[in-house]
Amino acid sequence: MSRGEYLLRRLGLGLFVILGVLLVTFVLSRVVPGDPARLYLGPRASPTALEQVRQDFGLNDPLPKQFVGYVVKTLRGDLGYSFRTKRPILKDLRVRLPATMELVISATLLALVLGVPVGVLGAAKRGRAFDQISRITTIAGVSIPAFWWALLLQLLFFLTLHWLPLGGRVSQQVQLQHPIKLITGSYLIDAAVTGNWFAWRDAVLHMILPVFVLATYPISLAVRMTRASMVDTLSETYVTAARAAGLNEREILFRLALKNGIAPTLTVMGLVFAYSITGAVLVEIIFTWPGMGSYMADAILNKDIYVLFAVTLVVTIIYILINLAVDFIQAAIDPRIRIGREREA
Amino acid sequence: MAPVSLGRRMLGGFLGRLRPEPGSGVWYFRRDRVAMLSITVLVLMVLLAVFAPWLTPYPAQGRGTPNIATKLQSPSTAHPFGTDPLGRDVLARVLFGARTALIAGITIQVVSTLFGTVLGAVAGYFGGWVDEVIMRITDVFLAFPPLLLAMTIASVGEPGLGNSILAITMTWWPWYARLVRGQVMSVREREYVKAARGIGVNDLKIIFRHVLPNVMTPILVQSTLDLGAAILTVSALSFVGLGVPPPAPDWGAMVNEGRTYIQNGRWWVPTFPGLALFVTIMAFNLLGDGIQLAANPKARGVGAS
Repeated sequence: MSRGEYLLRRLGLGLFVILGVLLVTFVLSRVVPGDPARLYLGPRASPTALEQVRQDFGLNDPLPKQFVGYVVKTLRGDLGYSFRTKRPILKDLRVRLPATMELVISATLLALVLGVPVGVLGAAKRGRAFDQISRITTIAGVSIPAFWWALLLQLLFFLTLHWLPLGGRVSQQVQLQHPIKLITGSYLIDAAVTGNWFAWRDAVLHMILPVFVLATYPISLAVRMTRASMVDTLSETYVTAARAAGLNEREILFRLALKNGIAPTLTVMGLVFAYSITGAVLVEIIFTWPGMGSYMADAILNKDIYVLFAVTLVVTIIYILINLAVDFIQAAIDPRIRIGREREA
Repeated sequence: MAPVSLGRRMLGGFLGRLRPEPGSGVWYFRRDRVAMLSITVLVLMVLLAVFAPWLTPYPAQGRGTPNIATKLQSPSTAHPFGTDPLGRDVLARVLFGARTALIAGITIQVVSTLFGTVLGAVAGYFGGWVDEVIMRITDVFLAFPPLLLAMTIASVGEPGLGNSILAITMTWWPWYARLVRGQVMSVREREYVKAARGIGVNDLKIIFRHVLPNVMTPILVQSTLDLGAAILTVSALSFVGLGVPPPAPDWGAMVNEGRTYIQNGRWWVPTFPGLALFVTIMAFNLLGDGIQLAANPKARGVGAS
């Protein structure tokens, strides 16, 4: 299989899976007990109003037609309405998504910056104290429940040391006296661009704990993946040859071997990204971070299930697209892909 | 399928042989103190869950009966983990919470593994369009972030343990389907399978008698280790209010109920249930890591190779 064919096949599969995901959320939204029109209008709605809503939402159409309508609407960016606030879900997500992305992207970057070097060192010092400690620490990192870890850190850094805020995105003082002018939706970028350094500092302080909690799992995973793949790479003959030729060890580790050893880590980062978006649900609840996670949590509490379907759909599609992008990047840097070996998930 | 021999095979791989050859995986595994410690912790956890009612002086509180007279007491000899806002002994709640965690986790693992195995085996054995259909369905389910899909499915029904178990199982089985399919495909063309087919044994019998017993060891090991992840997911659903309704004991729900109390210095209310969760999941992951190290000498490092 040529590289082109491989990528076409991945793309086709990606599109198929997105269609499948739409079908699953559609089926789920139709097995919800109770009449959607009544859920939307509340228990005291008049029959004419109910009928009107059924017409508007296409609930009287045959199911296949409803599904086609659902796909078309979703592709156009229409995610439906929150049954509680009656606001379009897309409008809410536009505000919520950047807040979550700010956490998730920071956490993923932190995982790469911190995780890759530690993983490389672990492989270099295989079996020695550093490796043993990093092994146990990273297993702890993938085991610790995010919602509990967040509480412990709040207990230490807010309640005991008073170093960091308890939660939220910025303090009240910033909201009232130094409001951030929204451009991209990322407080860090927007505050920096507008030169609002007081707010910037405040936003950074608010981000430290949530980002660290969210990054704990990705950091550990990055360390473990990098270590495992570097252990393999370091036993290759070309590394031995480089050593024999007298290249210094740092050069060998970080320039020669890492280039080949980092590919699996990049693949995993796609997964990590998805994990972080879901992990953000739990982290945002604890840090009262006004992103998609809090949005979901509110929806769960209020039984606003159509919001849940929409968020699940959006996040899953983002996730599929990221994985697809990772496949494409990998195909670009790794010639072995041409053989058409399917990636293990 | 012969479940007894399967179970023995799984254990036998790592523990059963009496005198493993020095340097072998089993030999290495048995000398791995961390792995042995994790097994001890997990066995202890099961015993604590089973004997919970006899291990605490407050079994009724463990199940949920409030006792306002003793509310929010800090840890003491009478209440080593303190008491919660309803005056219940936190240690008793944690012990009974282990039951919830284990029952939910084991149910999820058993049902998902069974379901995934049947689908994966059929797909891998028959191949062709059967494989294509089953695996594309699997792909679709794998595309969802598991926690997210589980939350959404769970919120469709009434909150409860059965509901959250069902929701998680629906996101869990595709992993096993994919794993089993790969394994089955690797033995499908072996001589003994061809021979069975040649003498006219029917396909289902071949799958369950000849193919699966030979490929199930790694799958059962994986499934056992995934119990940790299942318990974590159950507790995450409980944490957002989609698991067992109060007053039933559940570690995730206890962390959630207790989290507002840390602000007035009542740190013990959410800390101990979370610790129990952490220790359990950590033990599963350490055990998994130990098995991997034992099976893969290259990863062990200079000291042990």
